[in-house]
Amino acid sequence: MDFLNAIVALSNFVIIPAVAYGSQLALGALGVTLIYGILRFSNFAHGDTMAFGAMIAVLVTWWFQSMGVSFGPLPTALLALPIAILGTMALVLFTDRVVYRFYREQKAKPVILVIVSMGVMFIMNGLVRFIIGPNDQKFADGERFIISVREFKAMTGLREGLAIKTTQGITVVVAVICVALLFWFLNRTRTGKSMRAYSDNEDLALLSGINPERVVMYTWLIVAALATTAGVLYGLDKTFKPFVYFQLLLPIFASAIVGGLGSPLGAIAGGFVIAFSEVTITYAWKKVLVYLMPESLEPSGLVQLLSTDYKFAVSFVILIVVLLFKPTGLFKGKSV
Amino acid sequence: MKKLLLATAASALLTGVASAEEIKLGVIMGFTGPIESLTPAMAAGGELAMKEVSDSGKLLGGATVTPIRGDSTCVDSGAATAAAERLITSDGVKGIVGADCSGVTGAILANVAVPNGVVMISPSATSPALSDAEDNGLFFRTSPSDARQGQVLADVLMDKGIKSAAITYTNNDYGKGLADSIAGAFKAAGGEVTAMTSHEDGKADYSAEVGALASAGGDVLIVAGYVDQGGPGIIRAALDTGAFDMFALPDGMIGAALETTFGDEIEGSVGTVPGGEAANTDMIVKAITSDAYDSSGPYIGESYDAAALIMLAMQAAGSSDPSAYAGKIMDVANAPGEKIGTGELAKGLEILAAGGEIDYVGATAVELIGGGEAAGGYREIVIEGGKITTAQYR
Repeated sequence: MDFLNAIVALSNFVIIPAVAYGSQLALGALGVTLIYGILRFSNFAHGDTMAFGAMIAVLVTWWFQSMGVSFGPLPTALLALPIAILGTMALVLFTDRVVYRFYREQKAKPVILVIVSMGVMFIMNGLVRFIIGPNDQKFADGERFIISVREFKAMTGLREGLAIKTTQGITVVVAVICVALLFWFLNRTRTGKSMRAYSDNEDLALLSGINPERVVMYTWLIVAALATTAGVLYGLDKTFKPFVYFQLLLPIFASAIVGGLGSPLGAIAGGFVIAFSEVTITYAWKKVLVYLMPESLEPSGLVQLLSTDYKFAVSFVILIVVLLFKPTGLFKGKSV
Repeated sequence: MKKLLLATAASALLTGVASAEEIKLGVIMGFTGPIESLTPAMAAGGELAMKEVSDSGKLLGGATVTPIRGDSTCVDSGAATAAAERLITSDGVKGIVGADCSGVTGAILANVAVPNGVVMISPSATSPALSDAEDNGLFFRTSPSDARQGQVLADVLMDKGIKSAAITYTNNDYGKGLADSIAGAFKAAGGEVTAMTSHEDGKADYSAEVGALASAGGDVLIVAGYVDQGGPGIIRAALDTGAFDMFALPDGMIGAALETTFGDEIEGSVGTVPGGEAANTDMIVKAITSDAYDSSGPYIGESYDAAALIMLAMQAAGSSDPSAYAGKIMDVANAPGEKIGTGELAKGLEILAAGGEIDYVGATAVELIGGGEAAGGYREIVIEGGKITTAQYR
């Protein structure tokens, strides 16, 4: 019984939140890694692209709610998601046309593009704040829980409760669907194959008649879809606040680099590595240990490795360790 | 002859107008920042007292009092100091109602008010550290120190038979000071504090913080935070994960936002807000509600009292010079003398003008002790049917 209680407590406070957070990071990191693989620069504006997408979803959700449209037990934001993706696609294509294309034609060095993307980041950041303001916005509706603590306790009779939020369930399901679609697209379709070819060797791809502008356009469209989905899922699960997406940039980049920049599989693995490290290292293990250990060995302190204030520091440390010892990441991406 | 009379009358009128001074008072509060939903009503409370005095025409022979607002931001000492500096040097205020949060209040006091010799009366800075601040007798507060609130909240929990509690506090002077005093009082009363951790405001997700607190356990979670910042996030995460379902909430967490966000989800949770039984805030609440401010927050009466004390002390000293009236504040606030309630400022001014003594009671039953801080009555609140209701006064 104690063992079960320990498992439940661990799932409730570590595994379920980390899986949901990991899925959100993975979707974000996929976008970063695609840009890096195909357009060959680190896109610092990614966090704010997510914020922009989520913002459109919030506005459309409000509009739906005011018309009385709802999605049953699921959040209305899922209905707004396709519209938000279209809006974000328009924004990134516009940015590419007026900003990035100029530098691409100049064959600018990646480091210049990185700085350019920072400029884009600040503009998008300002745009989002200008439209929706800097504050928290609530847009989640529908059923809050798949299983709530009270139901779980009544069902199992255990002392510890387990809650699975609807948003956590949706996050994982949507992330799996997105990743499956992405891999099918990259591996099975002609456009996907041309994108991979362009990523592997630009000159060869050009010689075999691949149109670079088309590849770039498709990349942006996919990235817009991924960023918006990640942004909306994060906003649903936590809360929508423009500044928070800016802060997400660090764990997202850490995920992409840990997995190996340019490797989609690596981005997913990296997302989960970062999420689980952040959560487990800042978790206080006392509760779980008390259930597992014999009474004489029970810890008196909290058994917390790092205070939760240092959550982002964990991503930093992992990032540095990986860059020092395995610069290409876990899945043999490009070295930074 | 007629012309001469007219000229004399006109000049008499002119001198009369000239002698009626226009006194400016600063109102420094966090109109932006973590308690921005509470401050408009607080400022309105202070300004209500100023309007009452101006309209009566009895202060220092008909002086008018004009409020000038400054933004303390609640958290940014640099911005708050600059705002206070501007009010004193460029607007020439004779006293300050404010500031609101403890950290910025200490900064303004040390950097601006003391060097310039201006009186400050804070309606809401409650950090125990301010009791011993170097103030040259210029700093007062109409709110009690949190050392007292910690004691009251501990008593509330003990009376409910709660023996163990986890504490999380917002990582600043107010949060830390309050958490320390609650923990101290709770332990002294025989309770167990399982964990005491800080939380940063403005994060999207507090599940990690709550996870650590849940691991420590406890019958109740004490959230010494702000209702517009991290506080609701902590409560939300604790409810979602089933870590805690009962909360103890000090003053910064009590506001209308609490009812709208959680309703009956936090049924049975308790809290403390400054306020005494003798307190009479009805008139103030009525007046500012009619101006479309949210009057359910704390420290509205305290703000009224802070402004009233400054003006009554001016009358008692017969001067609006801060160095002259600072010493009179304790006199007008405490016995002996005629008791003056809310809406009776004109009567108080008359008595003082005639050389009498008053004991200002005001909205919050003001009684200044020690270095000039309120003795401290508290209202114990409990969440019932999704509403904040008053259980009793302590």
